[in-house]
Amino acid sequence: MEFLLVLLIGLLYASGTYMMFRRSMVKLLLGLILIGNGANLLIFLVGDINKGNPPVIPRDFSSLQGVYSDPIPQALILTAIVISFGLQAFAIVLLKRVYLVTGTDDLDQLNSDDQDI
Amino acid sequence: MTDPYIILPVLLHLLTAILLIFCWKKVRAQKIISVAGNLVIVLLAFGLWMKVWNLGILTMQGGGWEAPFGITFVADTLSATLMLLTAIAGLAVAIYSCAGITKNRIQYGYFPIVHFLLMGLNGAFLAGDIFNLYVWFEVIIISSFVLMTLGGRKPQLEGAINYVTMNLLASVIFLTAIGILYGLTGSLNMADLSIKIANIENRELVHVTAILFFVGFGIKSAVFPLYFWLPSSYNTPPSAIAAIFGGLLTKVGIYALIRVFTLIYIPDSFLKGVFLFVAGATLVTGAIGALGKTDIRRLLSYLIICHIGYMLAGLALYTEQAMTGALFYLFHDIVIKTNLFLIAGLIYKIAGTYKMSELGGIYRRYPKLSLVMAAVFFSLVGIPPLSGFWPKLYLISESLNSGSYILLASILIASFITMYVIAKLWAEVFWKEPMVVTDLKAAGFDALSNFKKQLLVIPVIALTALTLYMGFGAQHIAVLAERISTELFHHQPYIDAVFEPKN
Amino acid sequence: MNSIILRTASNYLLPMLILFSVFVLLRGHYEPGGGFVGGLVAAIAFVLHSFAHGLKETRRFLRIHPGVFIPIGLLLSLISAVLPMIGGQSLMTGLWFNEPVPVIGLIGSALFFEIGVYFVVFGVTLTMLFTITESV
Repeated sequence: MEFLLVLLIGLLYASGTYMMFRRSMVKLLLGLILIGNGANLLIFLVGDINKGNPPVIPRDFSSLQGVYSDPIPQALILTAIVISFGLQAFAIVLLKRVYLVTGTDDLDQLNSDDQDI
Repeated sequence: MTDPYIILPVLLHLLTAILLIFCWKKVRAQKIISVAGNLVIVLLAFGLWMKVWNLGILTMQGGGWEAPFGITFVADTLSATLMLLTAIAGLAVAIYSCAGITKNRIQYGYFPIVHFLLMGLNGAFLAGDIFNLYVWFEVIIISSFVLMTLGGRKPQLEGAINYVTMNLLASVIFLTAIGILYGLTGSLNMADLSIKIANIENRELVHVTAILFFVGFGIKSAVFPLYFWLPSSYNTPPSAIAAIFGGLLTKVGIYALIRVFTLIYIPDSFLKGVFLFVAGATLVTGAIGALGKTDIRRLLSYLIICHIGYMLAGLALYTEQAMTGALFYLFHDIVIKTNLFLIAGLIYKIAGTYKMSELGGIYRRYPKLSLVMAAVFFSLVGIPPLSGFWPKLYLISESLNSGSYILLASILIASFITMYVIAKLWAEVFWKEPMVVTDLKAAGFDALSNFKKQLLVIPVIALTALTLYMGFGAQHIAVLAERISTELFHHQPYIDAVFEPKN
Repeated sequence: MNSIILRTASNYLLPMLILFSVFVLLRGHYEPGGGFVGGLVAAIAFVLHSFAHGLKETRRFLRIHPGVFIPIGLLLSLISAVLPMIGGQSLMTGLWFNEPVPVIGLIGSALFFEIGVYFVVFGVTLTMLFTITESV
C-alpha cells in the first residue's frame, strides 16, 4: 500500500509539474490541482497508514487502545482540501475572465501591455 | 504567560469584515465602519505591544488544549511589533481608500476583503503552529487574489495569472514541507519542532524540508530568482491595494523565513551560503531591474524586490547584529513601501499618469506636498540620519566583520542604484518642466473637495512622520530590534512560554 | 435541461436533501458529518433544482440572495467561538449544556460553530455556482 502511494504521489507531482510548463492556462491550472492532490496524499502517507484501526476510544475505556491510525494527517488534509476548493474555484473563474477579456488561452499572448522595459 | 488578549486584533478584523458584508451596497457606512474598526485595532495592537514589552512573551492555547496538541498563538516582541505596524499601515490605507477607491470597487466588497487580508496577516504573525501558519497564509493569498482582480481590467487580470499561479505553487511547496516535517517529527507546534528537529537522525531529509520552506517562503517574499511575478502584478491594481501588497505581503514571507530559520532550523554553512548568494543576487538584480523603468509603480515594484535583499542579508549573515539590522530594515520597509505606493497614487491623482516621461512640475504646483514626499524618498535612499541609513549601517559593518565582501558589494551597489533611480524619479516627476495633463478624467485632484483631499494626504503625512521618527529616534527602534534579535537567537523563553504549565 | 423526469424528481429531492443536510450537520459531533458537508449537500439540493428548472426559477424559489447567508454564518461562528472568552476561558473552548436534548443529543458551542459553517458553505457554494452558471 505504501509503495503504491509513493508511486502515485511521485506520478502526481511529476505530471503536475509537466502540466505547469505547458503554455495553455487550463493545463496550468490542472497542473496546480494535480500537485495539490499529490501534497495531500503525501501528508496522508507520512501519517503511518493503519488499516482498520480508527482513532476512536472504545466504549468501556478512557484512552486509545493498541495501534491506531494518526487522526492529525486527516484533519490537515481536510483543511487543505477545503482551502484548495475555494482557491481552485477562484482560479477557474479568473481563467475564464482572462479568456473572455483577452480571447486567448496561450500564456505567451498575455501581458500584452508589457511594453515598458 | 497565557493571555487571551493577543487574539483580539484578529477577532476584531473578522467582526469588522462581517459588519461590512452586512452593509454590502452602502458605501458611506462601509467607509466609516472600516476606518473605525482600524482605529480600534491600532489601539488594541498598541496595547498588545505594551503588554508584550512589559510582560514578555504571551501565549494563548486555542480551545484550551495544551501545547503541543492544541493550536498555539504566541505573541513575542517581533509578532507584537509587526502587528502594530500592520495595524498602522492598515489604518492609513483605510483612510486613503475612502477617497482613493471608486464606489464601484467598494460595492464589490473592497473593504471586507481588506479586513480579511489584515486578519490573515495578524493571524500569521501570531501563529505558533506551522500548519496554522499555512492556513493564515491561505487566508492572505485568497484575499489578495480578490483584491488583485477587483475591477477586472485587462492588465489586472493578466498580472493576476502570474500572481495566482506562483502563490498557489508556493502554498503547495509549503504544504509538502509541512507534510514531510510532520512525518519526521510527529509534531506541528513550532516550539515543539524546535526541540524535536535537533534529534532527528535523518539529517538529509531535514535539510530537504528546510530548502522546501525556503523556496515556499522565498516565492512569497519575492527573492531571486523567484520574484518575476511581483513586477508584473503589483503595478496593476489601484494604489491603495498596491500599498497593502507592497508594504505587507512580501514582508509576511520574510517574517516566516526569520521565524522558521531561527526557531525550527539553525542554518548550517551550506544553507547560509545559499542565503548569502540569494540575498546578494536579489539586491543586485532588483536594483538593475529598477534602472530602466519609466513607470513609477513598476520602478517601485523592483525596489521592493531589491530591498527584500537587505532583510535576507541580515538572515544570511546570521549574527545578532545583522539580524538587528534586518529587523530594523523590516520595520522601516513596511512603513515606507506602504507610503510610497500611496504617494504614487497621489501623483496619479494629480497628473493622471504613472509614466515618468509625461509627468513633471509637481514641485511647482504643490511645493509643501512635494517636500513631504521628498522626506520619504530621502529616507528610502538612506541619507543619514534618516531611517534607511541605520539598518544598512548594521548590515555593512556585520558583513565586513564576517568577511562577506561580495554581499557588502551588493549592498553598496543596491544602495547606490536606489539613490540613482530615486534621484531620477525626483528630477523627472517633480523638477522637470510641467507636461500637459493628458488624462483629465483620472487627474482629478484639484476637483476633489477639501475633505477628500485631506483623506488622501493625511495618511501620507502620518506615515512620513512615522518614518522620520524611525530615523531621528533610531535609538528607540535599535533597542527594540536588538531585543527582538536576542529573543530570536535565544529562543528558550519562547519554548518555555509555549509549554508553560497550566495553572 | 428540459426533462420532465428530472423536474419531477427534483421537486421531491429538494426537501429530502435539505433534511438530509441537517441530519449530516447534527450527527457531526459523534459520527462523520458536520457543517461543511451539510452545507455542501444543501447547496447541491438547490443546484439540482436549478438544473431542472433553470437558474431564474431557483432564484425566485430562494427569494434571498445566497450571499446573505455568508455574514450570518460567519457571525454565528464568531460568537460561538468568542463566547468562552467572556467566561475567562480560551478562544473556541467547547461549552456544553448538561442535559442532552432529545433527537439532537448534547448541545454545545461547537454545534453553533458548525451551524455557522453550514451557512457559510451553503452561501459561498451557491454564490460561486450561480455566478459561474450566469456567466456561461
